[in-house]
Amino acid sequence: MDPLKRVENELKKCVKCGACRAHCPAFATFGKEPAVARGKVALAQHLLKGDIELDDATYAAMSKCLLCGSCVEKCPNDVPTDEIVMVAREALSGQRGLTTFHAAVGRVIRNRSLMKFGAAAARILGPLFFRKIPETSGLRLRFPLPFVGGKRHIPPIAKKPFMDRHPEVIPGEPGKPRIVYFVGCMTNFCYPQVGEAALALFRHLGCTVIIPKNQQCCGLPGMSGGDLDTVRGLAEKNLAELERYEADYIMTACATCGGALHKFYPNLVGKRHPELAARLKAIAEKTVDAAQLLQKLGLNPEETGAGSDIRVTYHDPCHLRTRAITRQPRELLKGTPGVELAEMEGADKCCGLGGTFNVYHYESSLAINKMKSAAIINTGADAVVTGCPGCMMQLSDGLKQQRNRTRVMHTLEILARSIRP
Amino acid sequence: MFDKRIIDELKTIVGADNVATDRQDLICYGYDATQMEFLPDAVVHPGSADEVSAVLKLANREKFPVYPRGAGSGFTGGALPKAGGIVLVVTRLNRILRIDTENLIAEVEPGVVTEQFQLEVEKLGLFYPPDPASLKFSTLGGNVAENAGGPRCVKYGVTRDFVMGLEVVLPSGEIIRTGGETYKGVVGYDLTRLLCGSEGTLGVITKIIFKLLPLPEAKKTMLTIFDSIDGAAKAVSTIIGNKIIPTTLEFMDHATLQCVEKRFSLGIPATGRAVLLIEVDGDRDLIEKQAARIQELIRPLGLVECKIARDAAESEALWKVRRLVSPSLRDVNPDKFNEDIVVPRSKVPDVIRAIEKIQQKYEIPIVNFGHAGDGNIHVNIMIDKSVPGQEEKAHEAIAEVFQAALDLNGTMSGEHGVGLAKQPYIHLELKPAQVAAMQAIKAALDPNNILNPGKMFPVDF
Repeated sequence: MDPLKRVENELKKCVKCGACRAHCPAFATFGKEPAVARGKVALAQHLLKGDIELDDATYAAMSKCLLCGSCVEKCPNDVPTDEIVMVAREALSGQRGLTTFHAAVGRVIRNRSLMKFGAAAARILGPLFFRKIPETSGLRLRFPLPFVGGKRHIPPIAKKPFMDRHPEVIPGEPGKPRIVYFVGCMTNFCYPQVGEAALALFRHLGCTVIIPKNQQCCGLPGMSGGDLDTVRGLAEKNLAELERYEADYIMTACATCGGALHKFYPNLVGKRHPELAARLKAIAEKTVDAAQLLQKLGLNPEETGAGSDIRVTYHDPCHLRTRAITRQPRELLKGTPGVELAEMEGADKCCGLGGTFNVYHYESSLAINKMKSAAIINTGADAVVTGCPGCMMQLSDGLKQQRNRTRVMHTLEILARSIRP
Repeated sequence: MFDKRIIDELKTIVGADNVATDRQDLICYGYDATQMEFLPDAVVHPGSADEVSAVLKLANREKFPVYPRGAGSGFTGGALPKAGGIVLVVTRLNRILRIDTENLIAEVEPGVVTEQFQLEVEKLGLFYPPDPASLKFSTLGGNVAENAGGPRCVKYGVTRDFVMGLEVVLPSGEIIRTGGETYKGVVGYDLTRLLCGSEGTLGVITKIIFKLLPLPEAKKTMLTIFDSIDGAAKAVSTIIGNKIIPTTLEFMDHATLQCVEKRFSLGIPATGRAVLLIEVDGDRDLIEKQAARIQELIRPLGLVECKIARDAAESEALWKVRRLVSPSLRDVNPDKFNEDIVVPRSKVPDVIRAIEKIQQKYEIPIVNFGHAGDGNIHVNIMIDKSVPGQEEKAHEAIAEVFQAALDLNGTMSGEHGVGLAKQPYIHLELKPAQVAAMQAIKAALDPNNILNPGKMFPVDF
């Protein structure tokens, strides 16, 4: 069945009013209608009617989406363009096979500059980088080797991944919540300090923290590329792993992973698999963001976060913003001794990472990120703080391109300043 | 399909990157907010008035239609490529050229987004009042071409009232200036006013000189709920009759309130049959006095409740009621015809009553809201196109709604224009001699009928 059939009714909701033109970060850089939500919806409608092909021009248009959800939030008719784009990408990869999809996107990119991509990437990153990372990791999906540009600053890989440092179960006080921690690839391999901070904070609250050993990549980067089969496979493995322990909450400190578990997993399987759908839904309902949960469990940041004076500004990750988690991290930061929160202009605007968008449209992704960097620098903050390791990587890259030394930190790192060794 | 030779010439004029012929691009420039769709043969993004001029000269030589387009957010199809040819997208011309704080004017290119312009002038303590609902994405060029309005027009006037001068590429390709930078100026015909609202049929606007005002010090928002439509309508004429002109006087009828309440549960009392959202602006002391006086005036008119915002956040909460109207309407029926009739403001109750009768006659839900302060009511005829016969019924009902407005000395459209959508009805409002005068102007400026052909006047009028 044509995957687009699944969103047939959603496609009808779009009245082409153009409201998405005001909010789409991809449109803000490309400036042409095929890049905006309304254009992609129109193309999906024509695909469904069968009067355009899944050809290069369709690939090009559908690749210009960060899946940031800005258009969905502001759409007067609730058109789920993020979902529509994912389904269109699934159709694209299904028709020509995933590698052909990548190849087609590659063709689009090569049109601009063959030199920039390809050769340089492998040399600079080196095989070492990838040897440390398992086949199924999202990092591989984030950086398909031939496409990673030479200019990009990649965070260093941890000597020992976070999950190798800790036992599976870290017991807490009796009667306190049991928390299953879904770590995510970026935290595990690149930002283990985020995991350490999470661990310290929930242990401070007396919680039992469980880090299931066989958890996989959440799959979101694959979803962004339309590789739904891979995502379904990962989701099923994660499901089994997360169900292995009796838990009060499934906690993520990565907005992207949280978004996948909370928002995208329940839509992964259709009505044909009611049992699986129900299990995914149960997982989704238990999934909470770390800052959200810390606040709910009554964390007092005066006990955990006190430290030297620091001026910070907060960036809203799309995958927290679209789940209405914007207030909690700010309130926790404001309650932390020594921390001064200075709001930046457009804190809710996407950083430009957008799943694999940054790989295929690195220059545009950087242009979007440039506005973000300027807003950060304007606040005069010592550090930009956010709740997503994906954003952290993109923000670091953007600031380094501007030769700026503002630190990039996770909310939890600030909150755990006084309890971490 | 276009001759490749023409495409090549277009590429020579604007650069190859700025000419698109992929079917995907044609689709993406073939729609607007009317939900009609036509495919052009090419999409062209010019980068200067000279390039626009060269494209129009080519169009005259090769006799192909040119459809100017801004954001493509119009409600009547003004930018749609009805008969092939090219869509000329002016959004690359998007610079604010200058803001002159001594003479209170600004010069902009047509692709600047309305709200961005407003925010820029407000940084300098200046004010550009026209505020069409689409201001976050509509372009100023489109606003001028359609003579856009908005809630604040009751006090400040429409786009036309702020346009002092234009740079225009005529259909022939000639580049001219109209008006200028002075408030006064009586030399020659007033082409500026002719071009405002000409829907892209008489020229392509490439620069606009706007008049600006000092930014009012403060504003005050009130949400007033009445137990009858008549009470709300009477409130409008009473407030203005007492020499207070609010910035906005937005009206929502009972059907509108029910839609919003059903979907968003904002706590509007069940006894409320109509709502007025009233805003005043100006000096802080003055608006406090005005707000108090307004409350005093409307209290005897069946006022159920009056919520007054104490700060910007509360004001935004009150505006939310109005902003949620459009998204709520789909719950009534999936498809809507959004008309925007105007009557003299004292006739608002009469026209609402007339619409109620039309609603009963055709048994189609009609939801009314809009800018009651200047008599501009958005009449939303809600149908389900998949039900056989409903669309035909809607068209008959629309004709009667227009006639009702005209019978009360009103007009069919206050903001949206004619374009394609209202063509079938313009004979109700315009007499043949009026149309002949208009068509004579069009023919004189565009003898080959290349610029936005087939718009405004039906071919067989």
